[in-house]
Amino acid sequence: MKPPETHVPGEACQTCPSRYSQLRKLGLNIENSDFVVALAGNPNTGKTTVFNALTGLRMHTGNWPGKTISRAEGAFSYEDKRFKLVDLPGTYSLLSASPDEEVARSFLLFGQPDVTVIVADATCMERNLNLILQVLQITRRAVLCLNLMDEARAHGIDIDIRNLARDLGVPVIPSAARSNEGIPELIREIHTMAVRSDSPAPRRLPLEVPGLRLALDRVEGELQEAFPRLAQPRWVALRLLEGDREIIEAVKSGDIGGLAEPIGASLLRDI
Amino acid sequence: MKTPEEVIKGADELRWQLPQNLHDRITESIYAEAAAIADRSITRPGSSRRLAWQQKLDRILTNPWSAFPIMVLVLGAILWLTITGANYPSSLLATLLVDKGHALLSGWFTALGSPAWLKGLLVDGMYLATAWVIAVMLPPMAIFFPCFTLLEDFGFLPRVAFNLDRIFQRVGAHGKQALTMAMGLGCNAAGVVATRIIDSPRERLIAILTNNFSLCNGRWPTQILMASIFLGTLAPKGWGTSIAALSVLVVALLGFGFAMLTSWLLARTVLRGEATSFSLELPPYRPPNFWKTLYTSLIDRTIIVLWRAVVFALPAGAAIWLSAHIPVGDQSLAEWFIHATDPFAWMFGLTGVILLAYIVAIPANEIVVPTILMLTVMVTGTGGGQGAGVMFEADNDAVLSILTAGGWTTLTAVCLMLFSLCHNPCSTTLYTIYRETQSAKWTVVSALLPLVMGFALCALVAAVWRWVA
Repeated sequence: MKPPETHVPGEACQTCPSRYSQLRKLGLNIENSDFVVALAGNPNTGKTTVFNALTGLRMHTGNWPGKTISRAEGAFSYEDKRFKLVDLPGTYSLLSASPDEEVARSFLLFGQPDVTVIVADATCMERNLNLILQVLQITRRAVLCLNLMDEARAHGIDIDIRNLARDLGVPVIPSAARSNEGIPELIREIHTMAVRSDSPAPRRLPLEVPGLRLALDRVEGELQEAFPRLAQPRWVALRLLEGDREIIEAVKSGDIGGLAEPIGASLLRDI
Repeated sequence: MKTPEEVIKGADELRWQLPQNLHDRITESIYAEAAAIADRSITRPGSSRRLAWQQKLDRILTNPWSAFPIMVLVLGAILWLTITGANYPSSLLATLLVDKGHALLSGWFTALGSPAWLKGLLVDGMYLATAWVIAVMLPPMAIFFPCFTLLEDFGFLPRVAFNLDRIFQRVGAHGKQALTMAMGLGCNAAGVVATRIIDSPRERLIAILTNNFSLCNGRWPTQILMASIFLGTLAPKGWGTSIAALSVLVVALLGFGFAMLTSWLLARTVLRGEATSFSLELPPYRPPNFWKTLYTSLIDRTIIVLWRAVVFALPAGAAIWLSAHIPVGDQSLAEWFIHATDPFAWMFGLTGVILLAYIVAIPANEIVVPTILMLTVMVTGTGGGQGAGVMFEADNDAVLSILTAGGWTTLTAVCLMLFSLCHNPCSTTLYTIYRETQSAKWTVVSALLPLVMGFALCALVAAVWRWVA
């Protein structure tokens, strides 16, 4: 689709490195998307604010954890590519989950988004890093959006962005979504991550437990034999070794194979 | 090819070769890694003025001695602001839409030579009901919602939940119920959906069943109007608004009390169980983005809620007009119902008109007041001297004179305020409750429980009032 005739980007826009002008907020028009982008992160880090900034929608935001309770979808396009953006309820961990957190966990694990944007609160990174590290174990294409930088600055917190990006092995974009700061850079990074052919190597946890690596390799191999289309065999293997009752039941009944279905599978519907 | 059973068996065997505290060790290693990474890239000062300020504010807002008065004061201030601010635009809208707009439309229809029944149905029924809904609802909502959203963005709501947690715990409910009740102040259907943040099914059900005691935006206008024209006028000159705000505040707090009482009763009887603990993160105070919040809450909440009210007001207007004009014997259907139920309604301090209005308003509480006014005018024939059936005068004094002509006293207004707090949820909320609980039984309970309580309460108040007077 061509942009409307009346809109002619000025010279400054043409040469602007961010090419932000090429962003088109598509709102609820989520048909025919080229890529699916998930927004994940701890509760109350501003995922919905980022979502609104990217899609032009006005989902309710609120300054309290748990405001978003089900999945919301919207879309934007950038450089001829259409992106479907999925806003998820906040979650503290992928290892345990309440009903609203379950929505986020299932989607991240089995919805197979093309890019996962982790939105983190720059004022309390120690806590946010737990989830960030867990998400990096299950995806190869992630972008870290370091949100609420305006508050971090007000608190006098100093974050070495380049060092953090090198440590985590993923791009890190500082932002203040409320005032649109960092959003153009975030869009460019999402686009780059989605279209690049090589896969970057995010940080993997060492998991220095004696015998764990071997055991994981074996269970993962067996799982792949039993369920060739399973999306996250290594994560499921870890849960089996830990004795997660829910996952054991899902494997026993074969439902776990169904979890590999693309977005829209029954379990991924809103609770 | 492995079967699922073989995979699980293999994993079970391997588990025995791994350390017993595998889960803890994995969690620990994640935490250690996170701490190390944060250490390498993040430097934070020992303290900042921002942090010190926030901690000071938290000490005041979460200390039980100061927190409760502040919470009540904030709610009272918002109500006062709403009543004061809504007064003028409400009467302006009423003059414009009800007075002028109705006369204009009537003129057009007469000029076009439309039959009387068509003009009656469209203009005296559907248009008038819609015009009244907009005049009564729009101004209070346009003030109440933005105030509420600003507080929410600032970070006040979680503190409210934190403070109320002790009370909820004591009655055997979940602390996060405070958050869902706060959502219910906007819309009960939204409040019922918000109960998903409560993990325990037992406590979630309690939160769903009691959400109706949060006055929703469809009921605030009823409360405000009744308080302004009946109770505010009893006060000495200059105090009217404050007395009106205070009485609405009392009703709202009464609703909170009923929610606690009902939760306690449910937790002691049919929904027995342990209260689960939970962790609630107190978010930092964030300065709200004033203009953006104003715009969002006006466009999204106010207009959407108003639109819903209008959609329901159109058919309701037609139903009201038809019921007042379809004859049953020598009376209209409405008159027949009203006269038949008047003695029954009298016991509860209400009138047959109010009962009929609540039946018409099952789809949306928003249309209760307009329905009452239209029915009163059509049935009693009062209408600013313009003849039966249509009402032209629009300000508070006119409303008062119409209702007084309909046989209303202060008792009627008080009982209506109480009944508006305690009656069945609107059909949207009921449908939402059914969807969330997947149970017809609990949906019926959620409809009957407040209704029975409302009738009992009104009967009690009416009996005591009449005995004293």
